[in-house]
Amino acid sequence: MIALLESLHAAFSDQEPLENTALDHAIAIGLPTQRNEQWKYTSLRALSARRFTAPTAQLSAINPETLKTVIAIPSPRIVFINGVFDAANSSLSNLPEGFNVTADASPDSSDEFRFANAHEIFARLNTVIARQGVQINVGNNITADACLHAVFVSVNTGQDLAIHYRHHIVLGENAKINLIEHHISQDSQQHLLNHVCVVSLHSGAELSHARIQQDDTGASHFLRTEASLQTNASYRRLDLELGAHLSRHDLQVKLLGDGATLHANGSLIANGRRHVDTRLDIQHSAKNTECNLVWRGLATDRGRAVFHGGILIQKGSDGTRADLSNKNLLLSDNAEIDTQPVLVIHADEVAASHGATVGRLDAGHLFYLRSRGISEAQAKAMLTNAFCKETLQVLANDELINLVAPSLEKALQAIEVPA
Amino acid sequence: MLKIENLHVRVAGKEILKGLSLEVKAGEVHAIMGPNGAGKSTLGNVLAGREGYEVLEGSVSYQDKNLLDLQPEERAAAGVFLAFQYPVEIPGVNNTYFLRSALNAQKKYRGEAEVDSMQFLKLVREKLSVLHLKDELLHRAVNEGFSGGEKKRNEIFQLALLEPKLAILDETDSGLDIDALKAVAHGVNLMRSPERAFLVITHYQRLLDYIKPDVVHVLAEGKIVESGGPELALELEAHGYSWVKDRVIP
Repeated sequence: MIALLESLHAAFSDQEPLENTALDHAIAIGLPTQRNEQWKYTSLRALSARRFTAPTAQLSAINPETLKTVIAIPSPRIVFINGVFDAANSSLSNLPEGFNVTADASPDSSDEFRFANAHEIFARLNTVIARQGVQINVGNNITADACLHAVFVSVNTGQDLAIHYRHHIVLGENAKINLIEHHISQDSQQHLLNHVCVVSLHSGAELSHARIQQDDTGASHFLRTEASLQTNASYRRLDLELGAHLSRHDLQVKLLGDGATLHANGSLIANGRRHVDTRLDIQHSAKNTECNLVWRGLATDRGRAVFHGGILIQKGSDGTRADLSNKNLLLSDNAEIDTQPVLVIHADEVAASHGATVGRLDAGHLFYLRSRGISEAQAKAMLTNAFCKETLQVLANDELINLVAPSLEKALQAIEVPA
Repeated sequence: MLKIENLHVRVAGKEILKGLSLEVKAGEVHAIMGPNGAGKSTLGNVLAGREGYEVLEGSVSYQDKNLLDLQPEERAAAGVFLAFQYPVEIPGVNNTYFLRSALNAQKKYRGEAEVDSMQFLKLVREKLSVLHLKDELLHRAVNEGFSGGEKKRNEIFQLALLEPKLAILDETDSGLDIDALKAVAHGVNLMRSPERAFLVITHYQRLLDYIKPDVVHVLAEGKIVESGGPELALELEAHGYSWVKDRVIP
């Protein structure tokens, strides 16, 4: 019996409808092992032995220092603490008409069967357990210049909590918004954070979406993103994986309508003993669709960065353009990077490219900077910063970039680049 | 200012400099000329402190310090500047940010006050106008997408900004058209002063039409084989390097 699943069953089975069997099913099939192709480079062994309890419905107190971080995050904002909506710190009054944001995630039984595979167990558990998350509904032709901030704060309550969020983002035709997710922690804890995010962009909708995952280095963070794009919809997405002991993001994007475009970038920062795993599953199933994917990985100390870049171009998706670049910096002998770009093409007229590299800082670059008086440590930091920040450009908006850049810079400051 | 004695340097297992001696005084401009493979670039790199250049024998003293003991950044702060033959492109590092970091790192090392961004901007504008450079160069990443000429001009711009005591120009003229060559030479001439010395490494005499050297040295087979006044450069131009080689290796 797997302790993790058993504890989730004990904690959450009372909220599961009788006809639903996801928790029993999970116990029956267990967690995926590294024999499962999708989990080949990420072991759940240590996590499976741990037990978690349900968070209380009551809002946990956050101290004024953490509050400052949150308040400094501009409004409009929606704040959750340990999985519970925090109305007092949220500020949603300035949203334009037709831009609706709520916190309740009503269970949707159809979701559960969407994640039927053994490797999707966290998403499946989420569908029966999650009760809260960001629900965004933007009406046709509604556009907002201001950026909505979704803030998820983890707090140590003396227990290891299993915190589930389900987010649902729907943009109507030609709607356009900006969204930044901040995942932060007040203090050290070892919570299990399990998110599912469903994004639906109707024809001509445009979403710029940045996610800054800065959970505590004791936490485990799982996210399954499922986005679908209709005709001429545009999705710009940035994932900064800066925290958590173990993080796994399955990013699935379906380009369903002609002319839909995806720009998805991310930086995976694996320092200390952190394990960062991101798996892309991009599916082109319409004509003249486009994806541009720029991912950067940095592994140092005993960190490990795992990247799988899967692109599928289905039959008939002519005129598709797909570009994937995954470059990695390996800064320590004890760190590890596993990268695997996979391009599957069933259409005839496509332009596709992919590439992955693993390397060290360029000695020629280092010498150039040092020859101008910059210390070795500063030169390394400058080059590492430049490498990891390249992904920010996906937001194509200086205001948004300036909102997210400090988090990445701060995370990189904590990294000691070895000689 | 700079005194090199009997310098032997090995690169990738091969001895390139074989007993080079040279003395440069403040205010002087020395040209180092020589055929391909003579060790010209090795001299520039070893003075700037690039890794992989192993000093087997000899000494380099700069302002009465042992230059070879210093890290590249310490040499820079002490006033040594190498204008690269092939300036590297560094994507993602903004040129302005790089230059201000470099200037302030040197100032900090020397115990001087650092410049803030306003002061820096003023300084940059001043230098740009003197050198007739476009300020567009500043907004890009270091050398990224620069043409060959722009890269070399950026080197001279850095020279003007950092105001070193000893500037080593490593084939700064290579790959330049005549306009760029004149612009580079103009920048260097503006920087000439009684406190500053230049070591101009070049393959061709052409650059020396615009930067008048006080002393011309011929480097061949890893050592200085001939030294003289500016007329030596003209003689080389007329006779070619084989003329020197014949005299070194009987």
